[in-house]
Amino acid sequence: MSDYLILSKVTKVYPSPKGPAVIVKDFDLSIPQGQFVSIIGHSGCGKSTVLSMIAGLSNITSGGIILAGRELSGAGPDRGVVFQSPCLLPWLTAFDNVMLGVNQVFFTAPKYERRQIAEYYLSVVGLAEAMHKRPAELSAGMRQRVGIARAFALSPKVLLLDEPFGMLDSLTRYELQQVLLELWRKDRKTAVMVTHDVDEALFLSDRIVMMTSGPEAEVGDILSVPFTRPRERQAVMAHPDYYRLREHLISFLENHGTKKAPATQPAPKTVEPLPKSEEPTELLVQ
Amino acid sequence: MAFLELSNVSKTYGTKQNRTEVLNDINLSIERGEFVAIVGYSGAGKTTLLSIIAGLIKADHGTVRLNDLDITAPGPDRGVVFQNYSLLPWLSVHENILLAVAQIFPNWSEAKKKAHTERYIALVNLTPARDKKPSELSGGMRQRVSLARALAMDPQILLLDEPLSALDALTRATLQDEIESIWRQDKKTVLLITNDVDEGILLADRIIPLTAGPNATLGPAIPVDLERPRNRKELNHNPTFQDIRRQVINYLLGGGAKRRATVTKKLPLPDIEPEDLSVPRGMFQFRRGPIRRREIQREAVQLQAGQ
Repeated sequence: MSDYLILSKVTKVYPSPKGPAVIVKDFDLSIPQGQFVSIIGHSGCGKSTVLSMIAGLSNITSGGIILAGRELSGAGPDRGVVFQSPCLLPWLTAFDNVMLGVNQVFFTAPKYERRQIAEYYLSVVGLAEAMHKRPAELSAGMRQRVGIARAFALSPKVLLLDEPFGMLDSLTRYELQQVLLELWRKDRKTAVMVTHDVDEALFLSDRIVMMTSGPEAEVGDILSVPFTRPRERQAVMAHPDYYRLREHLISFLENHGTKKAPATQPAPKTVEPLPKSEEPTELLVQ
Repeated sequence: MAFLELSNVSKTYGTKQNRTEVLNDINLSIERGEFVAIVGYSGAGKTTLLSIIAGLIKADHGTVRLNDLDITAPGPDRGVVFQNYSLLPWLSVHENILLAVAQIFPNWSEAKKKAHTERYIALVNLTPARDKKPSELSGGMRQRVSLARALAMDPQILLLDEPLSALDALTRATLQDEIESIWRQDKKTVLLITNDVDEGILLADRIIPLTAGPNATLGPAIPVDLERPRNRKELNHNPTFQDIRRQVINYLLGGGAKRRATVTKKLPLPDIEPEDLSVPRGMFQFRRGPIRRREIQREAVQLQAGQ
């Protein structure tokens, strides 16, 4: 009973003019407390649907989700969500945006303590100087930092990240991944992240769940990531297994691509057989 | 003398107090037929650099020469593909490209202009969509139109300003392969500006990192000695690829980038449990206060000085 978050036979069906469309089918996943799990797959494969079902923002057609021994129904502050774009209230400063949630879940705490919580998390994400600015005065990367601080400040039981860095350029993304990892290291929240960035998944997670392309998306394969923590990007990239795992993920995504390259293009030729073609199977946990 | 040569180019925006040095001392030379990628942070001045080469803005100092001629204004010898496509919304795919062709080759017969246009539409695999308006096309298809338009002008150099940044990963991969195969066919000189290190390695002969702005400058060029066509998946077990990737990322993250000084400060963080909001609020909760795991502790936080 060490599993903290359990998804059991989770299925999502949307009604459509052509009859019911099965988006996600029998999705099974168990996550122990303190584990960081990434769900990787192509756009439109249903990975965000899984996340919003955990968040309680989308109804489950059948199956169930259990968090800390209780079945979930509806949304709640015990699940912190970081969206792709941070959805901040434009008329409130970064600080007030964070305080909005903090005032709710810590309503029994004195005001100065609530302020300390907001100030602490905003400082950790690097907004110590900019916390009293409005979203319009912040860059996209800084707004996303506010979104991350807001989610952590509520001390949720589980952290849900929906392509948190998808809108940012790849170098700003590197910086924010570091910020996220730093925060996560401090209190080891159970986290589920949806992404299509292979490097991001490898750098941040303990396990990577590969989803097949929808409709009827399900768990295709699970990869456990062997890098020790705390992680440092250069060291992770220099790890002898890094590129082997990366290739494994990329070939999964290529094989489950929704569309193939146009036929006019010559198919990429396999120059030599992979020396390690059988090996990736040993990496699989399930 | 190289084909495209920038020497000591610098650019500042604003006046006196609000002056921002964007580019500083940029030196770059590109040979004919070469594919060069400049990789850097957003806001580093990549677009400014490309606009200077395109002739859309002027450098404060330094010279830009293409094929031994000074660049002073925009011209059809440089084809530009922007991130936001810049297509005319009321014209179809075919008309958008024909407009550029008619402008560049006014002396051609109507039939020749049409045939030329069709050829480039076919090159980017858009023949089935030739009569559609930009609003009826996906992002990837719009970017194809923009690319066909630039190529149809038969420029001496193709300038690509983050052409694929707005597209999703799958479409991006398809278009990267197309750009590469088009480049192998007609060996144009190409300057690609991107924030994606992998895109640079996949496409370019040489990668040049641009340090973070303000005062951005170009780092040492890193040659990409990988055989073409390059396969995204197979590259992963190529030690040369791994080495190039490490060099570029290390340069951008550490070494070349200017590190901001950090100060460590202790901030108080109350260690209290959040309340369960699904339980109806009662007065007793206010009386007892939050559940405390430990007393208030001070946590060390690294802050960036002078942010």
